[in-house]
Amino acid sequence: MQRGSVSILVERCKGCGFCVEFCPTKVLALSSAFNSKGYHPPHMVKPEKCSGCDLCGMYCPDFAIYGWKVTASGS
Amino acid sequence: MSEVLTPVNPVEPFLRAERMPHIWCPGCGIGTTVNSFARALIESKVDLDRVAIVSGIGCTGRVAGYLKLDSFHTTHGRAIPFATGLKLANPALQVVVYSGDGDLFAIGGNHLIHAARRNIDLKVICVNNLIYAMTGGQTAPTTPGAAITTTAPYGVYEPAFNLPALAEAAGASYVARWTTFHVRQMARSMQEVFAKKGFCFIEVLSPCPTLYQRRNKMGDGLDAMKFYKEHSRTRNGAPTGEVGLTRDGEIVVGKFVDRDRPEFRDLMRDRFTHQLGDRYVDDAEMAEHPHCGGEDGA
Ligand SMILES: Cc1ncc(C[n+]2csc(CCOP(=O)(O)OP(=O)(O)O)c2C)c(N)n1
Ligand code: SF4
Ligand code: SF4
Ligand code: SF4
Ligand SMILES: [Mg+2]
Repeated sequence: MQRGSVSILVERCKGCGFCVEFCPTKVLALSSAFNSKGYHPPHMVKPEKCSGCDLCGMYCPDFAIYGWKVTASGS
Repeated sequence: MSEVLTPVNPVEPFLRAERMPHIWCPGCGIGTTVNSFARALIESKVDLDRVAIVSGIGCTGRVAGYLKLDSFHTTHGRAIPFATGLKLANPALQVVVYSGDGDLFAIGGNHLIHAARRNIDLKVICVNNLIYAMTGGQTAPTTPGAAITTTAPYGVYEPAFNLPALAEAAGASYVARWTTFHVRQMARSMQEVFAKKGFCFIEVLSPCPTLYQRRNKMGDGLDAMKFYKEHSRTRNGAPTGEVGLTRDGEIVVGKFVDRDRPEFRDLMRDRFTHQLGDRYVDDAEMAEHPHCGGEDGA
């Protein structure tokens, strides 16, 4: 089961690639799509590998991505 | 069903959202330091109403304007004197100085060494991008030998400051260095200094792809991050005399100094009490109640 996920504010991204490079499980890649400033924001290519560790969030100098943990609730 | 436990970016509550996106270039490291700082604020559980951020001028100086805390964007080089005044007038505040290498060690260098000498309780975070970035990439006292800058087209030949050694020699109680690759360690140091009394200094090496790296053919921000990863060596407790930086060499990171020296206000109180006895009244108590003091002239 997927343990984590990320939220991406594509319009804040400047395409630096820090999140892609330093994700420990290589969940992310820069997409071929552009945001309105012409940068390529990241997207999840291996979502099942995401732990929600938020390292991508700690690295992102533009506050454009963050990771969070998914837990199965009782309901 | 799945449940979201962290629905907002931990840094977001600390940002002035209306000022986003910030002006920092793609691959600039300053924003990354802000992430670590936000984590330190959360983990240390400091009372946010008692945190003040003081910056000078420069790309790093913008941090004060982007943080949703009591923040002061002062004049170039004068963040430390401003912070000193704040701390003396209101000792209950955690006063953080967040500024660049040029601001803190060139025009503001004298203030820094005297604040360290006095061991006044300031937490100084220096984003060291090895250059005066905001003004166009001029040589700073931190620019390593042989680097090309706007003002050194044939390469810098003057020796650079070793910031941890300078801070320690001047009297700092706490000295650490990390890079923007070391996000967790940086956050831990930032958290640690909130619990440390006295002058604390954290240097963070940070990429400036636009005005340092481009002229030196050092690639983009990500290249700098990979360089930090490959060339850093953690040596906690390393003698600061051994941690000077070169253009392409090893980067020694870690906590180098963590010692106890009497803090400035304690020294002041001891001296005045010794000399004046009961006639001396410390104004620290009044600062505990900032809204009901004032007219007694403290
Ligand atoms: C009194 C004064 N002198 C010079 C300047 C021009 N100036 C602005 S920022 C700066 C250097 C900033 O370098 P640093 O502190 O390293 O910040 P960075 O932009 O690299 O983050 C200078 C010289 C000024 N604003 N005020
Ligand atoms: S939260 Fe962690 S595992 Fe998930 S994408 Fe970000 S860095 Fe990778
Ligand atoms: S770290 Fe942030 S700015 Fe850089 S590519 Fe990832 S989301 Fe975009
Ligand atoms: S000039 Fe350098 S330090 Fe300033 S925002 Fe751009 S990359 Fe960052
Ligand atoms: Mg600088």
